[in-house]
Amino acid sequence: MSKVRVLVGTRKGAFILESDGKREKWNVSGPHFAGWEIYHLKGSPVDPNRIYASQSSGWFGQIIQRSDDGGKTWHQPGTPAGQGSTIPAGPPKAESNKFAYDASPETGKALTTHQWYDGTQHPWEFKRVWHLEPSLSDPETVYAGVEDAAIFRSTDGGNNWQELPGLRGHGTGPKWQPGAGGMCLHTIILDPSNPQRMWIAISAAGAFRTEDGGKSWKPINQGLRSQYIPDPNAEVGHCVHHIAMNPKRPGTLFMQKHWDVMRSDNAGDQWTEVSGNLPTDFGFVIDIHAHEPETIYVVPIKSDSEHYVHEGKLRVFRSRSGGNEWEPLTKGLPQKDCYVNVLRDAMSVDSLDKCGIYFGTTGGQVYASADAGDSWAAIVRDLPAVLSVEVQTLP
Amino acid sequence: MIRVVLPFHLRNLAQVGSELTLEVNGQVTQRSVLDALEERYPMLRGTIRDHVTKERRPFLRFFACEQDLSHESPDTPLPDAIASGAEPFIVLGAIAGG
Repeated sequence: MSKVRVLVGTRKGAFILESDGKREKWNVSGPHFAGWEIYHLKGSPVDPNRIYASQSSGWFGQIIQRSDDGGKTWHQPGTPAGQGSTIPAGPPKAESNKFAYDASPETGKALTTHQWYDGTQHPWEFKRVWHLEPSLSDPETVYAGVEDAAIFRSTDGGNNWQELPGLRGHGTGPKWQPGAGGMCLHTIILDPSNPQRMWIAISAAGAFRTEDGGKSWKPINQGLRSQYIPDPNAEVGHCVHHIAMNPKRPGTLFMQKHWDVMRSDNAGDQWTEVSGNLPTDFGFVIDIHAHEPETIYVVPIKSDSEHYVHEGKLRVFRSRSGGNEWEPLTKGLPQKDCYVNVLRDAMSVDSLDKCGIYFGTTGGQVYASADAGDSWAAIVRDLPAVLSVEVQTLP
Repeated sequence: MIRVVLPFHLRNLAQVGSELTLEVNGQVTQRSVLDALEERYPMLRGTIRDHVTKERRPFLRFFACEQDLSHESPDTPLPDAIASGAEPFIVLGAIAGG
């Protein structure tokens, strides 16, 4: 029977929730990396036992952790203790926690600036890794989306990281600006039909696409409208919260923007609003049914000033028509006195026959639905605030 | 032999106990102690000092002999008691945050 493994990142550690395909009884392990912020964990689609984790702290900075046994044990890729960090007369050995922006004149650009909160220009400063996206074909290759916004890649299992500088240096950087959570690259989508194509999203810059494996990037924000920026239709500057794509339909993208739920059917060249009858179209998460590419899920949040669910009710909204027509899903979810948020990377789906939907809240609950959202039950209720949820469907 | 005390989370990362010892060649300064620490425990690079600038991370302090040395030059010799191993060099996390 198939199994499901749910990887949960929280403000104070990581947790791994496992069940068989019935998804009724769960085994909870953790906290892993107790006391640290775990922004994201994600497993390799090629080797599900290979899991990468982003561990960070305001005190000690960024650490990358890796498991090769499905989360039972972890280690920092890189040079082991006692072996020395340099090779005589050679380069430094592996440093898995080193994310240095590419400032070389040959491959990168002089460290550029971006717009600061007060409108002045501010230099790029590395803060943390928000999102890890393992390659679809090679377990040793993994991408990292970081704050201040840039994309890095490791091709040696997380031992060493190199920036793909074409994104940060492509020209619009001075117009990017931090959102309330920082200037983060939070979404990375790989195209299973074209290894050279991927999408990323930055808050607050917008969405970008590469067609050449990350060498060059194009802003793809036509159709987005953000009334809180000087030019509501600007090429960049939009606060994109999250983008989702069903791997069975590459090129059809769904976006939860700061306000507005959007879709694109031409790989992001043009976006159309599909917020329809949602009670509020502010939110963070968005995801897609594993087998029905027009079935989408969002969790509306009251407003950008009140980061909790609308009317004290935790409701997932589902559209079976690719947007515009939405139905609230409430069975098993609290419908009064609930004031949690669901953050941008905190929803995921499994690929079992009856698609499972999972999400975590800032109140520490992780909810699961084994029937595509019709009914819900909490797997755990009292974790630290949940930052991310990823699901692995295992044989 | 130089004695170094790390905060809880860095002890876990380096998989060491409450105190570790290091050989430091030449003058004993903040820089030479931290260089030796990072050479022996590469996983600590970037956690105490910035990878690129080598500046102390903002929420960490350096103490020795009941003095806060955080704002001393990294090349100022540390007290004799540190160089002799009589007292430890302490890396301390600021008490802040949730």
